[in-house]
Amino acid sequence: MIKNTEKIKIKLQKRYAKERRFKLYGISAIVISIAFLLSLLVNISVTGLPAFQQTYVKIDINIDSELLNLNHQYSEQELFRADYSQVIKQSLKDFFPGVEGRKQKRALRQLVSKSAAYQLRDLVIAKPHVINTRQSLWVLARDDVDVFMKGGIDRSLPESDRRLKDFQLVWVDKLLAENRLEKRFNIGFFTEGDSREPEQAGIKGAMVGSLLTMLVTMLLSFPIGVSAAIYLEEFAPKNNKWVDLIEININNLAAVPSIVFGLLGLAVFIGLFGVPRSVPLIGGLVLTLMTLPTIIITSRAALKAVPPSIREAALGLGASRVQTTFHHVVPAAMPGILTGTIIGMAQALGETAPLLMIGMVAFVADVPQGITDPSTVLPVQIYLWSDSPERAFTERTSAAIMVLLGFLIVMNFLAVIMRKKFEKKW
Amino acid sequence: MTFGAIITALLALLLFGYFIGRKRSIVLSKKRGQKLHSLPQYYGYLIAFWSSVPALLMLLFWAALESSFITSVIVSELPIQLQQLSTDKLGLFINEIINLSNSSSVIGDEVKHQAAIRYNELIEFSASIKAALVFILAFVGMFIALALIKPEMKARNWVEKLIRGAMIACASIAVFTTIGIIFSVIFESIIFFKTVNVFDFLFGTHWSPQEAIREDQVGGSGSFGALPLFVGTLLISLIALLIAVPLGLMSAIYLSEYSSPRFRSFAKPVLEMLAGIPTVVYGFFAALTVAPFIRDLGESLNLSLSSESALAAGIVMGVMIIPFVSSLSDDVISAVPQSMRDGSYAMGATKSETIKLVIIPAALAGIVSSVLLAASRAIGETMIVVMAAGLSANLTFNPLEAVTTVTVQMVTLLTGDQEFDSAKTLAAFALGLGLFLTTLVLNIISLYIVRKYREQYD
Amino acid sequence: MINIEKREEFDIEINGTVGKPFVDSAKFSARNVDVFYGDEQAIFDANIDIGKNQIIAMIGPSGCGKSTFLRCLNRMNDTIQGCHMRGEITLDGEDIYHKQQDPVLLRARVGMVFQKPNPFPKSIYDNVAYGAKLHGLAASKIELDELVEKSLIRAGLFKEVKDSLHKPGTGLSGGQQQRLCIARTIAIDPEVILMDEPTSALDPIATAVIEELMIDLSKKYTIAIVTHSMQQAARVSQRTAYFHMGQLVEVNDTNTVFTNPEHQLTENYITGRFG
Repeated sequence: MIKNTEKIKIKLQKRYAKERRFKLYGISAIVISIAFLLSLLVNISVTGLPAFQQTYVKIDINIDSELLNLNHQYSEQELFRADYSQVIKQSLKDFFPGVEGRKQKRALRQLVSKSAAYQLRDLVIAKPHVINTRQSLWVLARDDVDVFMKGGIDRSLPESDRRLKDFQLVWVDKLLAENRLEKRFNIGFFTEGDSREPEQAGIKGAMVGSLLTMLVTMLLSFPIGVSAAIYLEEFAPKNNKWVDLIEININNLAAVPSIVFGLLGLAVFIGLFGVPRSVPLIGGLVLTLMTLPTIIITSRAALKAVPPSIREAALGLGASRVQTTFHHVVPAAMPGILTGTIIGMAQALGETAPLLMIGMVAFVADVPQGITDPSTVLPVQIYLWSDSPERAFTERTSAAIMVLLGFLIVMNFLAVIMRKKFEKKW
Repeated sequence: MTFGAIITALLALLLFGYFIGRKRSIVLSKKRGQKLHSLPQYYGYLIAFWSSVPALLMLLFWAALESSFITSVIVSELPIQLQQLSTDKLGLFINEIINLSNSSSVIGDEVKHQAAIRYNELIEFSASIKAALVFILAFVGMFIALALIKPEMKARNWVEKLIRGAMIACASIAVFTTIGIIFSVIFESIIFFKTVNVFDFLFGTHWSPQEAIREDQVGGSGSFGALPLFVGTLLISLIALLIAVPLGLMSAIYLSEYSSPRFRSFAKPVLEMLAGIPTVVYGFFAALTVAPFIRDLGESLNLSLSSESALAAGIVMGVMIIPFVSSLSDDVISAVPQSMRDGSYAMGATKSETIKLVIIPAALAGIVSSVLLAASRAIGETMIVVMAAGLSANLTFNPLEAVTTVTVQMVTLLTGDQEFDSAKTLAAFALGLGLFLTTLVLNIISLYIVRKYREQYD
Repeated sequence: MINIEKREEFDIEINGTVGKPFVDSAKFSARNVDVFYGDEQAIFDANIDIGKNQIIAMIGPSGCGKSTFLRCLNRMNDTIQGCHMRGEITLDGEDIYHKQQDPVLLRARVGMVFQKPNPFPKSIYDNVAYGAKLHGLAASKIELDELVEKSLIRAGLFKEVKDSLHKPGTGLSGGQQQRLCIARTIAIDPEVILMDEPTSALDPIATAVIEELMIDLSKKYTIAIVTHSMQQAARVSQRTAYFHMGQLVEVNDTNTVFTNPEHQLTENYITGRFG
């Protein structure tokens, strides 16, 4: 016996070393995974935070009625159609005298955003008395100037490597010196739709599109999914071929890549049924089919968790199967069902691939008004912006991601709270 | 009437039917002095149902098939030579007609204009018929159902039968969805394989769909060789699994065997978060940060890395599927009964030995199944690869090069700036068929493994 | 009406352990042992010796703590979250809970067989070879083969399985599985074998086989068994310890406990007034 103990002791050190290493691998795995997550979140936040601010330029404008081609008597229409960008161009020229050459003149014009013209127009229409006066106006700066203000232009680089050339830097410095450059909260990010100009681009269109799409998805997938779950869990005969087939299909569909649903939407909904592309209706239809398996599976689990005693009690009092189910079982399972639905909706909110298939890749600048208006959704907007090389789009992409993640966090939080609050220990 | 108006009207009819049905049942009962079989509201439900649902179904049915039908009528009325255009050209033509019918411009030739006018006529005609049919059905339904009301009628039973029917229909949507997927994918793929040979598709090494679509080209064989795509998908998925399986499995082991309950309740949800982040976010992160980082890293090691390397996409995808492996493995590991562990500890085994020699072998079926499911997820993933991997159909096993995958090509083919080109669309469906079958097979194998090899613990 | 007041057969004082709890040349010695699950105390001041090469049976009603006490002897309670103990337990004079003591080494010297047979999902051969391979007790495959054969013979299982050593251990019958568990335990040549209700999940014939095995094994090993069956305790053990609600009431020669118990509670239990 003592011999054995000696033998064991020989190997023991190595075994304990292995044990320590193994434990180390385990905790490292968790730490690495969490580190990935953190680095992603931090990276996105750092890139995206600047987008919540936008640079404005204060320019002094001579609202010259001659430049605008306006007579003394002008109609609403003429006010609307006047060429305000000319006025702005002239004002810039007045501020920076001595600018020569086509290239430089064009660069001068590009200090402010194109939206400045619209801003001026709206001002003139609202207050026509400003015509032929001199006004100081804070307008959106162009994205290059904005990038500069956020520290994105490295002066030490040779001129050819920079977005702002030396002569442009001179102008910007002058504006800075006279306190004519300011960073403000970028309300336009939330109130504007998509735009080709980075400084004007916002996510309103995408958010409304997402909202409408989620609405369609919710209105369709919740009743259908819960009804299906109730049927399968409470009413379906066991060992029935059709029921087995249904269950096999649901499990399969849960694992089908999302892009395939996009193909289905393309072939059947768009091709066969003629639903228009790129509208919330079709987005909702495709996402419904995708979310149904999730809702069905989680709802079934919630229904299964309701103890049989509740059903027996109701049946014993003379209720029919349908009444038992809908008056007693379903309400008891409702928290679990809702939790599962919220989680399903959160997944649907972040889906991109199937929506690309059904055409949501177009540039949509208008905010959709109904479920048959062309629109895009937030994840697709993120995808579209991520392709653009301008730095301003990069930061907007990150900011949009932050908004999307914000929604997801809120939804998941709601689901967790609901689960905790209504969790009944049977 | 617009679609929305019809729906609103039907809703109104539904409510009206409910009240009137209910009232009638009470009235009848009093008049005949008979007791009602069911509560009055059930009679109301019945009437509400018959006055709205059949009409609604007709509405949906008509709306679904309306546009295809009208289009084929228009086509049949076009001059013969236009009818014989290739499907894609014809499709374009139809689109232009539809656009014309919506606008008031004057460009385009006479034929198109005539067709556009006819189109509008047909649309209006169809709309009127649709509305008429819907309301006829609604009213007929209501009246017949009302006439059939008797106090002894088992209204509640009927209503419950209807509810059951509705539930079965909802559940069956799952089957119809699968059928829809299979049919749409197979249908288009068959057309595709008429022009491109199946073997060329599966084993050809030259993928260049742009080449194939030229005016004069027929068949385009040799440019739809999807092998580089399959290999690319495999390469990236493999890299992803190489990351996800060790990290996921070790995390699961640590969380279920070593960690304190407090740590577990903190770490597990955090790991789950990895699964909740939308893939477009991962894709952006991969393209923005990971790919340049890897490229710089490679450069400092004197390796030439593409900025769209398979490595970058694979790593990020691997991180994304960690929760798939860890969650499922955690469940199976926890399911191994404590008596197994007790038996091993009682013999003087350390924790790691018990895990390696007893628990993991016992849970192996479940772990393998989770890996297969993770693989299936990786293969079907789209956004990460679209944003971080390239478009170059490069046949290689080198993770430092840029490759493309099946899903990337599917997206490219269907969202390109080019016109709606049927050959390319069909290729996307053929790829979709391959993808669907592959993930299906992986899932079936995964289920089979669990079913056959799972230890039955009494 | 149900009368749920105290019943007198429970309401008897326990003042220390009666009988002969201690022996000369004890293998295990427990002094002032208290065991807690979190804040709940499960064992109150246990004092007992376990004699070398003897079988001692621990009996008592459900929940009285006998299994808990047994698991202290090979520190299996360490694997339960929140379980801790006070007091001293020594094996051959050495405190097994001492900081320097290695539980792995301890468990190689003190084996355990459980109530429900728990063979690993491996082959019969691998089950028996498990401990030996783990601890490095066999220098070669041949030695290992010999060890497996020897252990299976000693456990009385070899004849039945010698042609199917590669088959899974879980495919055997209940009684065979339990003998397999015994075989793998003795394969690492422990000094003590702890058995926690080893036959309560088996049929009478399998039970009889294992009881015979126990008596045979006690020639070489010290055995402590927890049992629900007083008849079993009477059949196999030399000494018997009676636990009652976490307290060690009486320890005596088995004969004495079953024919002439010293404590009233013991007598109440064995005459079937409760339990």
